[in-house]
Amino acid sequence: MEIKVLGPGCPKCKQTEKNVQDAVAETGIDATVEKVTDIMEIAGYGVFGTPSVVIDGEVKSVGKIPTKNEIKTWIEK
Amino acid sequence: MAKGCCTPGGNIMILACSGGSNVGQLSNQAAVELTQEGFGKMFCLAGIGGNLGGFVRSAKDVSAMVAIDGCEIGCAKAILDHAEIPIKNYLVLTELGIGKNKDFNLKAEDIRKVKGAVKSVCE
Repeated sequence: MEIKVLGPGCPKCKQTEKNVQDAVAETGIDATVEKVTDIMEIAGYGVFGTPSVVIDGEVKSVGKIPTKNEIKTWIEK
Repeated sequence: MAKGCCTPGGNIMILACSGGSNVGQLSNQAAVELTQEGFGKMFCLAGIGGNLGGFVRSAKDVSAMVAIDGCEIGCAKAILDHAEIPIKNYLVLTELGIGKNKDFNLKAEDIRKVKGAVKSVCE
């Protein structure tokens, strides 16, 4: 599984990345977590804002910090 | 996409039908100018209509939004309904007393009226 956290870098982005890392660690799912900070690459996902979370190419959340439990429901499917 | 880091709270997503009539183009021009003036941020309705994941998810997750249709046919509303996106604020320009025609020489007075109406409906 490939998880991307989109965001140039700020407390919200960092918290989102942490929640993703924690969710992956707690579920034990084999996943890579990548932080995407390049504005042009982020724009390519068509998101209105950041932070955003993309799992295996599917945009799961935009402009908010998803909770760890919310992320778990996405990666355990 | 926001230029700064992270979406500021209360950022209003503006979705215009941008259709092929004076009122369609009025919706577009008002959206452009409101974005330039910092009232909100115009977003791609076409991306939502094309069912592109990032666009659809963005519209579902945004906290504040206004959809602007030029006429009562309601293409913008239909696109959002089809994508199962809740419409938070909605405006039809012909209901403001602006007649629909094919004159693309938009009047400054009409643009001002539309921008004012968008701001009012978002209050």
